[in-house]
Amino acid sequence: MHELLKENPGEKMLLLGNEAIARGAIEAGLALATAYPGTPSSEVALAFYQIHQETDLYFEYSVNEKVALEVAAGAAVSGLRSMVTMKHVGVNVAADALMTLAYTGVNGGMVILTADDPSLFSSQNEQDNRYYAKLSGLPMLEPSTPQEAKEMTAAAFDISEALSLPVLLRTTTRINHSRGIVTLGAIRPRKTHGSFTKDPSSYVTVPAVSRNLHIKLLKKHDQAKAMADRSPFNVLIGQGKKGIVTNGVSFGYVQDALKDLRAEAQFTVLKLGFGHPLPEGLVRRFLEQVDQVLVVEELEPYYEEQIRSLAQSMGRFVPIKGKGVGKFDRLFEYDPARVRKTIADFFGLPYSGRQPVDLSDLPPVPARPPNLCPGCPHRATFYAVRKVAGDEAIYPTDIGCYTLGMLPPLSMADFLICMGSSIGTAAGFSKATGRPIIAFIGDSTFFHAGIPGLVNAVHNNHKLILIILDNETTAMTGHQPHPGVDMSLLGRPNTRISIEEVVRGAGVKQVKVVTPRKVKETMAAVKEALAHDGVSVIISREICPLYARRVAPGPKKRPFYVNENRCKNHRACVNLFACPAFYLDGEQVRINENLCIGCAVCAQVCPENAILPKK
Amino acid sequence: METYRIVFVGVGGQGNLLSSRVLGEAAMMAGLPVNVSEVHGMAQRGGVVESAVVLGGALSPIVSDGEADVLIGFEPSETLRAMGKCSPETTVITNIIPLIPFTVAVGKGTYPDIKKSLELIRSKVKRLIALNADALAEQAGSGQAVNIVMLGALAQSGAVPITSEYYKEALKKILNPKLWEINLKAFDLGYKAAEQV
Repeated sequence: MHELLKENPGEKMLLLGNEAIARGAIEAGLALATAYPGTPSSEVALAFYQIHQETDLYFEYSVNEKVALEVAAGAAVSGLRSMVTMKHVGVNVAADALMTLAYTGVNGGMVILTADDPSLFSSQNEQDNRYYAKLSGLPMLEPSTPQEAKEMTAAAFDISEALSLPVLLRTTTRINHSRGIVTLGAIRPRKTHGSFTKDPSSYVTVPAVSRNLHIKLLKKHDQAKAMADRSPFNVLIGQGKKGIVTNGVSFGYVQDALKDLRAEAQFTVLKLGFGHPLPEGLVRRFLEQVDQVLVVEELEPYYEEQIRSLAQSMGRFVPIKGKGVGKFDRLFEYDPARVRKTIADFFGLPYSGRQPVDLSDLPPVPARPPNLCPGCPHRATFYAVRKVAGDEAIYPTDIGCYTLGMLPPLSMADFLICMGSSIGTAAGFSKATGRPIIAFIGDSTFFHAGIPGLVNAVHNNHKLILIILDNETTAMTGHQPHPGVDMSLLGRPNTRISIEEVVRGAGVKQVKVVTPRKVKETMAAVKEALAHDGVSVIISREICPLYARRVAPGPKKRPFYVNENRCKNHRACVNLFACPAFYLDGEQVRINENLCIGCAVCAQVCPENAILPKK
Repeated sequence: METYRIVFVGVGGQGNLLSSRVLGEAAMMAGLPVNVSEVHGMAQRGGVVESAVVLGGALSPIVSDGEADVLIGFEPSETLRAMGKCSPETTVITNIIPLIPFTVAVGKGTYPDIKKSLELIRSKVKRLIALNADALAEQAGSGQAVNIVMLGALAQSGAVPITSEYYKEALKKILNPKLWEINLKAFDLGYKAAEQV
């Protein structure tokens, strides 16, 4: 049995924030869950995926966040408890659906996880998704610990049903990826069959309907405000005159800081957990009780601005500060020392932290950037394309492991903004520059957001090459399935959708499927594509070796070695191909046979044919 | 209750997250409040992996510069890179066997002199425990067990108030029984090696 299914209320477990979120949903009787994976949200979906294999929970990895949200919305409108999980930028993809789902509302509880990533551990930006709560009018909860993540997730379903609105659960990486002690609660039985009553004047958002729905949403917003005021997730701690407002992981930093500074008695801390709509009654009481306020929140001055505005409207003129004080700014995540020091300085408290050791005489440490794995088929594709198209071509890229192709010597990434942007931007680069344009996109990303860009390129007759790097899985986030995956490898009915049929169906005439480990074949396909006028597509297909090892392990291939008699030290292997299995032993290139997976690509790179399989 | 802050650093694939989880479970079994923070995702593709364990009732799951009570490095250059976490009060436990970064392996960077680096570290912190964790892991039966060797050394150091029994219980709770023997042996070897440092 999955460990998150334990029927043992009161038991304590050391859970990852994301596991706690999944458990909270299970305790609340979650019936249907959907997701598109993305760090730092992915482990919630992983738990649901595992649990659905042994229970009647319905779960799917949807093609993208918008569809995931829509599937969950249909179920929630039909009365089921549903949840959809995604990373912060995924909400941008889902936003079109989100904004008007707030108008129709839902019947069964629906929770939307937005996992933000301050400091950009694994993301292209660090946008603050609390603004989506304001923009959409939906209630928002923000947990501070894994325990609270579980409780809030469960409570979010009740709040959702009380208001007939989806609820946003907003986390940050430090909540998703922290482990803490979580006390289990009882599991409510799951209701897996819903019903739908036709009511077009509530559900079909033509203008005449939506005008009324917007009025309804604002009324629900007022109700939500009253709920936030009464919510146990919003609390005043202490009675002191010095005021702090805080949320999420920063709450822990604040509590620790006040303890370390031995100053708890001087403070009133307003902890916001049900943060949208702002619990105005509680904030008013707080403002009346304190004579200065410091807002401790990561990223944007979201609460700071609202509270300053509320203070103005109630005629209470206490200093309210946040961003710009000491080391508090809008960049990156906070940390305990930064919060402790800033609180001490702002409120004039004596502070002596530990001094870090002197680092000035330590030798420099070489960088250790993440890298494409030994035997990664992406490296082989990049090598072949660069060999043919060099630096003259522009290489818009996309989101996945292959983004690591930006590192030298491959240097095969010139522009990237979001999922699917490779193809759309390729068209713009092509029109603007007239240079050869070769866009890269992964298989999962192609299905997620690449198809409209490809259809557009064909329709508008752009001249570009699209290379679909098909490693038959969603590798970067942990090998989740997608529509192009052979599901039979995962023990499921095979619903695989052929990428080449999709591409041909979109009207692309020039389509080639290559095996990247065959370097000459790949190079020939690139040459042919460059000569083609219009859109051409190369599907470079080879299963991710890490994934293959798990789902379809074959016999281990013989590792390769460098034959010293033949090697003339051109170093093409190291300087152009740069597989991490190479190393220098003095002046001699060698291959670490524990890392080599026997893909044989470097053997095709060597001009002296000096790289050979071990006997 | 006093707070204990432990930082683990290493390279993707060295089992960093497993060891911080074992320490977290051991703390829970010993009745200590605990928070663990982990780095997941892209950071793991052969890059640097850091995790932290905070024991004793603090709510923060991460450790600021200068505030680690213990720094555990699975790889010596990563220990060096993370020295900013240390103060003169810190206990440093490090493996001495390098994993050469690719840039250095192909002659495009310099790996620091390990012996000199260890002497420098020793001069700056409360205690340095440097051991050949790779050899001990091999001796236990698997080169993969470096992370558990390091936990054995942590238990011996006395830098956190958790006795060996709890680590062993936690190991058994998390690991497949097939792996118990090797890992329990790795733990004991790490413990003994730290005694002799």
